Parts: sequence; C-alpha cells; structure tokens
Amino acid sequence: MSHRPFHWYRYASPQAFYPLAGRMIPWFWALAAIFGVAGLSVGFLIAPGDAQQGEGYRIIFLHVPASWMSMFLYLVMAFWAGLGLAFRFRLSSMMASALAPTGAMFAFLSLWTGALWGKPMWGAWWVWDARLTSELILLFLYLGFIALQAAIDDPRRADQAGAILALVGVVNIPIIYFSVKWWNTLHQGSSLNLARSSMATTMLYGMLLCALACWMYAIAISLMRARRIMLEREKDTLWVRKELGF
Amino acid sequence: MIVDFVRITDSAVYHDVHRLYDPQGDSLFSKARMLRSSIMLAVSALECHRGGRRLFAGVGFCLGAGELLYLHGPNGAGKTSLLRMLCGLLPPAAGEICWHGRPIARLGEEYRRELCFLGHHDAIKEELTPFENLSLSARLAGMRLDEARVLEALSRLGLAGREDLPCRALSRGQKRRAALSRLAIDRRPLWLLDEPFTALDAAAVNEVAALIGAHLEDGGLAVLTTHQPVEITAGAIQRLALGDEAESCRR
Amino acid sequence: MILAVIARDLRLALRRRADLAAVLFFFVIVVSLFPLGVGPEPERLREIAPGVLWVAALLATLLSLPRLFADDFRDGTLEQLALAPLPLGLTVFAKVLAHWLVCGVPLAVLSPLLGLQFGLSGEALVVLSGALFIGTPALSGIGAIGAALTLGVRGGGVLVSLLILPLYTPVLIFGAGAVDAAVNGIGVEAHLSLLAALTLAGVFFAPWPAAAALRIALE
Repeated sequence: MSHRPFHWYRYASPQAFYPLAGRMIPWFWALAAIFGVAGLSVGFLIAPGDAQQGEGYRIIFLHVPASWMSMFLYLVMAFWAGLGLAFRFRLSSMMASALAPTGAMFAFLSLWTGALWGKPMWGAWWVWDARLTSELILLFLYLGFIALQAAIDDPRRADQAGAILALVGVVNIPIIYFSVKWWNTLHQGSSLNLARSSMATTMLYGMLLCALACWMYAIAISLMRARRIMLEREKDTLWVRKELGF
Repeated sequence: MIVDFVRITDSAVYHDVHRLYDPQGDSLFSKARMLRSSIMLAVSALECHRGGRRLFAGVGFCLGAGELLYLHGPNGAGKTSLLRMLCGLLPPAAGEICWHGRPIARLGEEYRRELCFLGHHDAIKEELTPFENLSLSARLAGMRLDEARVLEALSRLGLAGREDLPCRALSRGQKRRAALSRLAIDRRPLWLLDEPFTALDAAAVNEVAALIGAHLEDGGLAVLTTHQPVEITAGAIQRLALGDEAESCRR
Repeated sequence: MILAVIARDLRLALRRRADLAAVLFFFVIVVSLFPLGVGPEPERLREIAPGVLWVAALLATLLSLPRLFADDFRDGTLEQLALAPLPLGLTVFAKVLAHWLVCGVPLAVLSPLLGLQFGLSGEALVVLSGALFIGTPALSGIGAIGAALTLGVRGGGVLVSLLILPLYTPVLIFGAGAVDAAVNGIGVEAHLSLLAALTLAGVFFAPWPAAAALRIALE
C-alpha cells in the first residue's frame, strides 16, 4: 500500500475533472460494448426459449436492466444533487444534471419495452401493473427535474432548486411505490405476476451482463454530458478558453 | 463628521472588531450595550457575482452606533445586491458580514430581529388598507402596537384620512409613504433602506430624513442607497462608492 | 406570529373572494363535465365518482397553488416574511394552513353536493367529505414545495403541475380509495389513517424544503 495520500477531492473541481473524465470515457464505452455484446449474445443465442412465453420474453434482457438503471440513477442523481446543495460543489451539481436525461431515457426505455412485452403476453400495450405504474411516475419525476432545471436561467439557482426537487422525490419514491402497490392489489385481485420464479441461470447471467452494459453506458454518456455542461457553464474561465484553444 | 469612504481589502480591521467587541460571543444586544461598543456592523472583503459577472469585490466597511452609510454608484453597480447581502438574503460569493463580531449567517434569526429592511418593492398589500399594512408589518417584526401609535405613524407620513382606504386606491408616492411609515414605529437598531426617497415629494422626503436622523441620534445604524441629495443632519456619515465611481475615487 | 401570518392570508383571501370562487367553480365544472363525457348511467357514475371527485379536487388545488407565494414575491412581502424573526419554515407552515382553510376546506364542504350528482350514498358522501378534509392539507403542503420551486420561473404554472402531480399520487390513491371502499361497503379506516399519515408528513415536513426553495428564489 502506498502511503502517499491520494487527494481525491482534487478532482472535485471541474478544471481537474474535465481531462480525467475525457480519459475515462473511451474505457467506459469499450466496457459498455463488451458487456453489451456478451449480454445480448447470452440472451439471444445461449439462453433457452421460455416454455410459456416463447421467444418474446427475450425483451427482458433490455427491459429489466433498464428498469433497474432508471431507479438506481435517480438515487445517484439525488445523491449528487444533495451533495451539491449541501456543500456547494459545482461538480456534483453538474453530475446530477448530466445524469437526469440518461435516467429519463432508461425509464422511458423500460416503459417501452414493457409495452412491447405486454402486447404478446397480456394482449394489451399497457396494463396498470404496479411496477409499470411506478415506473411511469418515476419518468414524470425525471421530466419534472429536467423541466425545472431548463426553466431556470441562472445555473446556480437551477442546481439548487433541482436538488431540492430530487431530494423530495427520493423521499417520496418509496411512498409512491407502496401506495401504487396497495392500489394495484385492491383493484386487480388477480394481480399479474411478473416474477419469473424459475429463471434459468443463463438468463440471469445474461441479464446481469446487460445491466452492466447499461451501467457502463450510463457512466460514459453522463460523463460526456457533464463535460459539455462544464464547458458551457465555465466558458468564461481561463481553463475552458485554453481547452477550446482561444 | 464625514469619513470619505472606507474600503478594506485586507482583514485587519475585521479582526480588530472581533477582538474588541465580542470576547464571549454575547448574544444580548441591549441598546445600552450597543451604545457602549462603537462598531456593530463590520463587513470585510465582500464579493458579489450576478449572472456569472463580478459586480464588486473587496468591499468592506465598519459601522457603529449612530452612523449612516451612503451607498453610491451607477445603476447596476451592485448597491441593491450589497443591501440584500447585508440582510442575509443573498449569500456573498466571498467575504464576511459580522454583527457585533459574529457572522450573520450563523446568527440567523437573532440578527433578523435586529434589522429593518426596506427594499425596492413596497411590500404593501394592495387589498389591505395602510392601517392594516402597518399593523401587520409591525406584528411580523415582533411588535404589538396599539391603534393610536399606528395612526400616529401614518399621519406623520401624511396619510391621515387615508388610513382606511385600500392601498390600491393610493398613488405610487402614497404607497411608498405607507411603506415608509414602518420607520416611524421601528425601534430595531439596523436600518437597511434601498432607495427610500423614490416617488416621494419634498415634504415626505424631509419627514423620512428626519426619521432617519432621529434613529441615528438614538444610536441606530442605517445603510441607504439613494440618487437624491438628501440632507440628514444627525450622526456620522460614511460614503461607499461601488462600480465605476469607486474606481475614480481610488484614483 | 404564526397566527398573524395565518390571519393575514385569510384576510387577503377574503378581500380576493373572486379567486376562491374561481377555484371552487373550476372544481364544480370539472366534476360536472364527467357525466357528459361518460354518459348518465347511474351505475357507472357511482363507480367513477371517487376518482373523478378526487382528481378534480387535485386539479383545483393545483390551480390555486401558483398564487400561494407569487403575490408576496412580486410585491416584496416575501422578503419581509423571510426577514421576520421567525424560521421561514414556520411561516410556510402558516401559509400552508391558510391555503388549506381557503381552498381545501371549501372543497371538502362542497364535495357532498357534487357526490349527490353521482348518486353516492349518504355514508359515501360523509366519507368523501371527510377524506377530502383529511387529505387536502397534504395537497397544500406538498404543493407549497412546487409553488416555491417555480417562483419567478417562466411558465411556472404549468411547471408546478409537472413537478407536483406525480407527488400527489399517494394522496389520490388513499383518498379515492377510501371513498371507493365506502361505496363498496368495505371498511374505510385503513385508507383514512394512511391518508392522515400522509397529511401529517406533508404538513410538517414539506414546509422546510419549501422554505429552502423560497430562500433560493429570493437570492
């Protein structure tokens, strides 16, 4: 173990983080591609077809990771936003803004693939299933966050307002989830059971690989977005001018 | 006495303030105590950014009992921003504001109890009468007033006979008078006034100037921005120039 | 001082009765449009009544929210409130209570009349009114966060809906659920107690993020 202290907080300034992020992005893209190819090949080539659902079930290799990521990213976003609010770290607020569109995209993807899956399974594009409904509300929360930040011109105020909203959202997500679940069991006695009790191990691996791919993709794309936000917000500073070659 | 203008770029004076006036961090701001200690409001190395632009930096001054500070500067120089920083509404980008040697950010409510702020907006409710407006703002300031005092304050500002008219029926200047009638009842030591004389006629200007003068004589402090040359006779007057004027003063 | 803020807001609302009337009228008209949309069969109306009444109450509350802080913000009173020697959260709490008194309570009082149009039974009407009575403070409380966040923001009114409606879902679910249970003759206690829990949480916790948002807006 090295005894030289590693000043991680050195990277808390956009100026130091910008080149570091630039160096990391290609790696995350590569990892995303590797995991994606591996996951999809497990999903489409190796995993056996499902006895009841045929080949259509294979959409879960996209659907489930997308739902996981959408929820996880909201937590991460709220974490960064809260950190930015509490300690006035510019970088963490920027990360929060950079994560929001990716999270919204995953939520939307999850809903879309859910609909595609639902059509052959339940014969309807949309079923008011508890999970789908919660996912829909999660998408609304993301959109609210993005819309609020877009509506406020002053970036500092936009960051702080967005952070409050994200934190309020995080507190509310469990309440919303349980209330939707309660509502669902009340209204649909024979709730549609999505739990795949006898999931083959290969399917699980495939899904995990796809989830990793989504994760790497989320990191890569939000780092790229964060870099762009940094340039935009700090366009008057010396380091950005140097970076852009002025 | 007129001190030309004070501009502190290092924190020497600010340290002095700490040492002299707040050895234990006492929280009692009785008037007697205030009068004994001469410096109450100490501001050092204040910096303000608005919309990604630096409005001012390195602003500092000290204000003691009975002293008045004029803020000068062209439009957009940051006078209002500075006042809002002194209120604690706008956190400064850098620097510190101390009240009795303690940073106002930490004092919070304790500080807010000591200050009276009059902003650009009148904070007058159009639906309410001047009487109701004044009684309400007194209650929000933590004062309970009897009717006679409220009426007296309003009549000092020339609103006698209009106490029970809804404010929307008043003219711009009369609304401003209704807002300023607050000063006639306010006993808090620190007054922060943003352009108090706009829209007032000569008589009202004199009345408000007299109120400020009485406040200073009473040992109060006032910071005000104005474009009008107004005679305030009591107290020691300091001037602080912001923006281009500050540059020319320095030269 | 909390009482002073409440009294002030009530007095202002009284002087501006037209605003209050507009909100109530909106509530009535939205509810009355539903039978025109879905047809007059009593059976179906009775079935959709809880949801329709609650969604209409939600929208009516939403309609009145932008004014919660906007007027005070515009004329500088909000600055004075923020500078008053009272934690801003408590001021917001007072304003939330006042908002409930002028918006939530009239909605709850009015709702049985509209419930009659939908053929609800006497017991269901009582539950409807009671659930609105219990649940609307939460709407005011959570709404205050949205109103504070969108203060002085362009397109604030629409934005409030986008921010706040998702957060209203639990209140809607339990509120409408209680009435639904009453219509179907099931016990309503569980729904009502959950609704009360939401209200307590909404009224006591929501003012603090709302106050933080107000301070940001005032900078």
